[in-house]
Amino acid sequence: MAESIVQYKDVHKSFGDIDVLKGIDLDIQPAEKVALIGPSGSGKTTIIRMLMTLEEPTMGVIDVGGRNLWQMEKKGEWVRADDPHLHSIRGDIGMVFQHFNLFPHMTILENCMLAPVLVKNESKKEVKATAVEMLEKVGLGDKIELYPAQLSGGQKQRVAMARALMMRPKVMLFDEVTSALDPELVGEVLEVIRDLAKEGEMAMILVTHEMDFALDIADRVVFLNDGVIEEEGHPEDILVNPKSERLQDFLSRFTVNR
Amino acid sequence: MNWSWTVFFETIPLIAKGLWITVGLTLACYLFAAVFGFFWVFMSRIPSKIVRSIFGWIAVFVRSTPPLVQLFFIFYAWPVIPVVGVSLNPFVAAILGLGIHFSTYMSEVYRSGIESVDKGQWEASTALNLSTRQKWTKIILPQAIPPTIPMLGNYLIIMFKEVPLASTIGVVAMLHIANDYGSQYYKFVEPLTVVALFFLLLSYPSAILISKLEKKYNRKFDKKAMSS
Repeated sequence: MAESIVQYKDVHKSFGDIDVLKGIDLDIQPAEKVALIGPSGSGKTTIIRMLMTLEEPTMGVIDVGGRNLWQMEKKGEWVRADDPHLHSIRGDIGMVFQHFNLFPHMTILENCMLAPVLVKNESKKEVKATAVEMLEKVGLGDKIELYPAQLSGGQKQRVAMARALMMRPKVMLFDEVTSALDPELVGEVLEVIRDLAKEGEMAMILVTHEMDFALDIADRVVFLNDGVIEEEGHPEDILVNPKSERLQDFLSRFTVNR
Repeated sequence: MNWSWTVFFETIPLIAKGLWITVGLTLACYLFAAVFGFFWVFMSRIPSKIVRSIFGWIAVFVRSTPPLVQLFFIFYAWPVIPVVGVSLNPFVAAILGLGIHFSTYMSEVYRSGIESVDKGQWEASTALNLSTRQKWTKIILPQAIPPTIPMLGNYLIIMFKEVPLASTIGVVAMLHIANDYGSQYYKFVEPLTVVALFFLLLSYPSAILISKLEKKYNRKFDKKAMSS
């Protein structure tokens, strides 16, 4: 087995008195596609937000490429990670949000170019060529000069994916990326993710309610319930032949077409 | 009372000289307040709770005491305080006094603008690995400031009307000139009317301009609001 790209070791997270995650152990292999499913409030989004450094774990360790994300060694002691430490690891991770979070004051081309130019100091000319290519790939090559407000939800989400891909992350996180979309726009976004999954080299963690889609593209499905991993395994085993009662109960609310 | 048109027209050029002092002082105070306003904003975002509340209370103190008292303090009281006391010329004292007073209002405007930026914008900036400085300059402030421009403009007009306070510490601007003329010839009505007219002449068109800006930015942000 190859070295894990991401490793959660007994990770806990509380918000005030509420324990959202109660000890998560999870290994992600390079290029692996993992779907996180579970009822709302089960902590799936919190898992990926901690990896994106948007939330800090209350306890436990998250390793990225063998490096401890939230702690660093200073004078022989482990201390809380500072900004430069987080910055140095964060580049391996990308994220697509439920509500897109495009920058409304920039064109979609500028949205895609901003971070590579500012953060990676790449030349504007090259970044622009890559951005155009990326936007063409998600089917928006003719819209590069438009502002986010001029796009549909599905188009915005495809821009958001292109923007995240521009940083060439090793792990891409998808946080319920189709939940805020009108039903007729879900397909076009899933199509782009499916293409990405086929390309293969990038690990992907998807928090999703699209069970068919999880069955289709995931290498592994992880079922979260009440802050713990209740069941995980091959998509067929989890989604078609669930063992635990809670998972069966959860899946009964969806119709899996198989 | 006998109104004299001769006196009226005679005082116009005299007071017009003071107009430039008034306008210049307004702009200088405004610039100071606009820049210093950010100081309060950043102080309110310092991680240390103690530092935050200290500066919070200073801002409340400055905002809730009259600008005239602050002007007098800076001009008359500060110079006699041992060690830190410095004697300032009236113009500088006015910029400092009115500038600091209004900076506390400007910072509230900035703060409301910054808070109106969606939390997702911060998160997307983090996800793209932008530095704190880049987040502020490229993402947050460019969205936070434009919708506050009408409010910032209103403060410019308000300050313009407060600047005559500086005549109390000896800044020779419109009001001061009118007053001198009045005491010399015992004619107050005409010069003071001229002063009022000059203020109206500048304030009113500015107010119209600002309401236009307001409409423009409201429209722009209605459109943008859909995207977030």
